Amino acid sequence: MAELLQIMVAVVAVGSLYALIALGYTMVYGILKFINFAHSDVFVLGAWVSLVLSVMIISALKLAPGSSPPLWIAPLVLIAAMVVCGLVGFAIERLAYKPLRKAPRLNVLITAIGVSLLLQNVGQLTGFAVAKDDDGKTIATVPFGPSPKRMPSLLPETAAPDPNLAKPLVLIQPVDVFIFVSAIVLMVGLQYLVFRTKFGAAMRAVSFNTETAALMGIRVDRVISVTFVTGAMLAAAAGFMYALKYPGLNQTAHETWVLLGLKAFVAAVVGGIGNVRGAVLGGFLIAFIEFMGMYCFSKYLDPVLHTNMGTNLRDVYVFAMLIFVLLVRPAGILGSQLKEKV
Amino acid sequence: MGENETILEVRDVSVRYGAIRAISNVSFSVKRGEILTLIGSNGAGKTTTLRAISGMVRCTGNVRFMDQEIAGTRPDVLVTRGLCHCPEGRGIFANMSVEENLNLGAFIRSDKHEIEKDKQRVFELFPRIKERLKQNAGTLSGGEQQMLAIGRALLARPKLLLLDEPSLGLAPQLVQTIFKIIREINAQGVSILLVEQNAHMALQVAHHAVVLEVGKVAMTGLASDLAKSDEVRKAYLGHG
Repeated sequence: MAELLQIMVAVVAVGSLYALIALGYTMVYGILKFINFAHSDVFVLGAWVSLVLSVMIISALKLAPGSSPPLWIAPLVLIAAMVVCGLVGFAIERLAYKPLRKAPRLNVLITAIGVSLLLQNVGQLTGFAVAKDDDGKTIATVPFGPSPKRMPSLLPETAAPDPNLAKPLVLIQPVDVFIFVSAIVLMVGLQYLVFRTKFGAAMRAVSFNTETAALMGIRVDRVISVTFVTGAMLAAAAGFMYALKYPGLNQTAHETWVLLGLKAFVAAVVGGIGNVRGAVLGGFLIAFIEFMGMYCFSKYLDPVLHTNMGTNLRDVYVFAMLIFVLLVRPAGILGSQLKEKV
Repeated sequence: MGENETILEVRDVSVRYGAIRAISNVSFSVKRGEILTLIGSNGAGKTTTLRAISGMVRCTGNVRFMDQEIAGTRPDVLVTRGLCHCPEGRGIFANMSVEENLNLGAFIRSDKHEIEKDKQRVFELFPRIKERLKQNAGTLSGGEQQMLAIGRALLARPKLLLLDEPSLGLAPQLVQTIFKIIREINAQGVSILLVEQNAHMALQVAHHAVVLEVGKVAMTGLASDLAKSDEVRKAYLGHG
């Protein structure tokens, strides 16, 4: 029971990350009908920008050794990373995708892969030093360089439980709470934007029929821009949270990032691509399947098979889930299965 | 014809889709306060003409709306100037409620009270829309969707309304209703450019008419005169 609850904590935290990234995929698909393959790289950028900013702020504060950084750094870095990635998202759309508005979808798709490779590789360049430690050694660069780095911890950690006391049922780290709360705030905010505001109505109109939306007086290019920026900001938030939870960040072209982005994309597809609520549902569902798969396989199958691969197969559960959903409900769980009435 | 009397002037407008000329050198003008109908058979270029006027396709030639050149202006800009295009196939946002569709019609406006008044006006014209406000627009019948599309266009307070085949696919009785309402809208001061395949009804409500044949203007004149002309009767009204 305690084990299961502990897994649920991880599911909620990781599910929040998948959901935030999936929202960007789904929003852009909903409006432009193409998969923005560069989206997961904006997420990586968000993680690395968070790392660099945190290091810069902490080194500028000159904290006494051993003291934990003040709590206000986390929200500040979160917002700053969102702004940086929002601007990058805006630039990507303007420079790479907008010129291709009337081009065949395949051209845009290939361009997206190109943008993705560009971001991955520029991120790995040996960069300019932006922060140095007391010995004058460079500790943060922009771009981020070819080797992994460690995100400083910005939130306090719950101490390991005292063995003399009764064992707590579950251990919830402040980082998990922070991730969950921020993700919920962002997702509720997005729901409000899309379903309750005039601008959201314009977004949905453009998503349904771009031509008719323009006939309503909606400035389609502006809606597309805002959609990209919003998606990029959500990805940046996910990047920041990822860096908090898993502080060892691989270089930007590392395969772990590709896999993470892919799983978030799977979440969007499973939920029903183009559907905002579907992306959130898909994100949590994918995380649930991933962690429950690991738990169940390790606990029940590994002993029988005399293997030890329950954890190694974590990606397999996710993609098996994808195949299953595509077979049973090809449009995704919340995707519309019906054609409009003519 | 004085400048002030003409709300829309189309001169020598041509549109190409790749190598195909959809319309060539189409010219006509719509007077302020009138209904002008564009009739012709399938593929004559009626819809293309409307799309050229509202900036949905590129065209050559001149389009003047309220004494301003508008050829090449984006559709969303034209809406703010009072030129509204109600597209063929109704263009309902089937992923939204009827009410949200109506609100999108007033997207360019922020005068809440006036919008509310205009909505009441739309409800008077189309009482059935009012009953279905919360319903998903995709579940409306064809006739209701058409009413919603026209009502939605009215909420932008158009000075000139481009209507593309409002009677398409509707039961004869509904066609009557729609044309009655088109007349009412016109009586309230909105100039209308009406594209129709139902030449019989169109010539009854319109003041002037233009006949398009394979992308060219074949005839222009008073609607009542054209309705009597032998060629029109033979080709479009089904009178041998």
